[in-house]
Amino acid sequence: MAVYEQQELRKPPISQVGIVRWLRVNLFSSRVNIGLTLAALYMLYIIIPPLLNWTIFDANFNFGEFSIFGFEFGEVMATNTNCGRSAACWPFIYEKFDMFIYGFYPRDLVWRVDSVFAMTAMLFVIVRLVRNRKGSAKILLTTFVVFPIISFYLIAGGVFGLEEVKTHQWGGLTLTLVIASVGILVSFPIGILLALGRQSNLRVISFFSTIYIEFIRAVPLITILFMASFVLPLFFTGGVDFDKLLRALIAITLFQAAYFAEVVRGGLQAIPTGQYEAADAIGLNYVQKNALIVLPQALKISIPNLVGSSISLFKDTTLVLIIGLMDMLAMVNMTANDINWLGRETEGFVFVTMTMWIFLYSMSRYSKKLEVRFSTDHKN
Amino acid sequence: MKQDSSILSFLNNNETRAIAFQVITLLIIAFVFYSGISNLIFNIEAREIHTGFSFLSNRAGFDINESMIAYTPEHSNLRVFYVGLINTLVVAVVGIIFATIIGFIIGIARLSNNWLISKLAAGYIELFRNIPILIQILIWYNMALLTLPSPRGSFNFFDSIFINKRGIYVPEPVIETGFVWVLIAVVLGIALTFLMKRHFKQKHSKTGVYTHTIGYSIGLIFGLPLVVFFLLGSPLHFDYPALTGFNFKGGRTFSPEFLALAVALSVYTATYIAEAIRSGIEAVDKGQKEAAAALGLTQTQSLKLVVLPQALRVAIPPTINQYLNLTKNSSLATAIGYPELMSAFGGTVLNQVGQAVEILGMTMAVYLVISLFISLLLNIVNKKMSIKGQ
Repeated sequence: MAVYEQQELRKPPISQVGIVRWLRVNLFSSRVNIGLTLAALYMLYIIIPPLLNWTIFDANFNFGEFSIFGFEFGEVMATNTNCGRSAACWPFIYEKFDMFIYGFYPRDLVWRVDSVFAMTAMLFVIVRLVRNRKGSAKILLTTFVVFPIISFYLIAGGVFGLEEVKTHQWGGLTLTLVIASVGILVSFPIGILLALGRQSNLRVISFFSTIYIEFIRAVPLITILFMASFVLPLFFTGGVDFDKLLRALIAITLFQAAYFAEVVRGGLQAIPTGQYEAADAIGLNYVQKNALIVLPQALKISIPNLVGSSISLFKDTTLVLIIGLMDMLAMVNMTANDINWLGRETEGFVFVTMTMWIFLYSMSRYSKKLEVRFSTDHKN
Repeated sequence: MKQDSSILSFLNNNETRAIAFQVITLLIIAFVFYSGISNLIFNIEAREIHTGFSFLSNRAGFDINESMIAYTPEHSNLRVFYVGLINTLVVAVVGIIFATIIGFIIGIARLSNNWLISKLAAGYIELFRNIPILIQILIWYNMALLTLPSPRGSFNFFDSIFINKRGIYVPEPVIETGFVWVLIAVVLGIALTFLMKRHFKQKHSKTGVYTHTIGYSIGLIFGLPLVVFFLLGSPLHFDYPALTGFNFKGGRTFSPEFLALAVALSVYTATYIAEAIRSGIEAVDKGQKEAAAALGLTQTQSLKLVVLPQALRVAIPPTINQYLNLTKNSSLATAIGYPELMSAFGGTVLNQVGQAVEILGMTMAVYLVISLFISLLLNIVNKKMSIKGQ
């Protein structure tokens, strides 16, 4: 009987495995693709090296002397003149870092802002820990009410022996975050009311809600900010001299409420009529029906869009620069006007852009994640 | 059982309650309006601010360096309003055109089977969408001022387009008498193209013979006006910009402010349009392409007749919304001083006249009208694009 020996398996052709196959399929699959790949590589070659040279390789990182375990490092910190103009001068950002983060907030009181930042980080941990636990809604709701109040008094001061810090001293990233969080927290309940109003059977209420929402959404935020700066004080007796920050906050809140309202309305419309009818059938009144049956479902499905809308608000906070508030973006010109650091706008822009980008990118990733988690269709 | 007293049942009646709520709301709104406006009138009088629209006919007294219509400081404030409005529309139209082109390219590139191209497109979207538009405008503006050369060292394109620190100089068309006939020829050409297309479509459905119409279309739309143009002896010439002394004279100038604004708006809005295009194409069921292939349609036919019409139905409404956002965002020109509506009228005129209520009211009204117009357009498009029979 013949003995059959298994021959050694032939190796797959080199073009069909590993990196070569990946390159063939993904980069060089056809003549057009070869051309596109080469063009893209050439474009990267044009853009990336100068960018890296400017930001890293040719840049000045001379932050001054420092010592680790008794070993001395570095030289005297670079100044504007010995930095050169052809590449980034990061010591400038290093020196002005406090300006970008706190603005003109008194330096010895900065710990109060820092503790708010720390509390925010803790808030995220609490949310993660409590999520999906029994009674988590109550804990979260309390946290979200208590936390902003504590934060506000920590930053503003004037109570419990804390020294008062006037709003015109608030600035930098702190101001950006204050505007964004106040805008989101205050406009959210108004937005819900407007959405319910627009969906209401009561003609008058739905008419005024619709007019408000559509009007606000039709005009640019900057016109509303101008209205709040120039016209709003005239609406009150005695022509009250309003706090500048308060005016901006009112404008942004009124603006954002209309956008939140439309998002919530989308959620409301997605609730089947059976839910409303069932609530009516068991004898719930309007408030009970919405608070216990409709809104919990509607808000849940609108969460991804609510985050999306909050992202827009976060971007819009930069506009307060135009009405003269000292947010992070305003600090670019402010710091580059320092006689010792003239003409360093580019570094400032790069730093502010990167900071904003990190915030916005993480928020948008978060919203994508939520979208997947909350999606109830079975496409994926 | 005793019946409810009639007054209680009246109070518990849903209809009565509805009316009561609405009346109360109306009263509150009326009260807020009344007290607000009476305070407003009181404050305006106390501060001796003028009221009414007579300021519109006053002399403006400041110069605007960029205007599509004739403007000098001697013109009225109303003229400033028009200048600003036209500049808003110009930058919006330019922005929309470029945003659409870039967005379309990036959206398609995002779906490319070339890994590098797709990742680059994704990188573009994630980079530019997550930087606030105001920062982008300021960055482009600073970059233009920093990197562009002085007038003497301008970038020169064919001796007719020049780019330098002071802006971009392009030849300006100067229309002579008789040019109107060329325009008429264009309109006629377009009308004839429609008739011709209808004719060949009928022929196609009757006989099944397909005729390529692209040649005829080009001939009618471009050829016909060209023939008329040359027959009339070229009633149009270009005014070329030329360097005289330290600056350029002639032609039309677009300032660095305009460039920065247009680039920032297009680059930013393109990211949203790209996402709209991508989701539109992804929304087309795979079966549609397979069915088209099964029918024997070529790749191009399948794309043109099956995939794109369905993809565009999903992609166009959000794209039109982005056009509205772009127009609204153009108001951020205030930050760099391009004289569009918000900057020239809502900014400079407001500073000079101080009548904030009237001036901001007019500015808002313009954006309201633009927004209504775009909603109207959206409704028409939605109606046209809705799936028949659903």
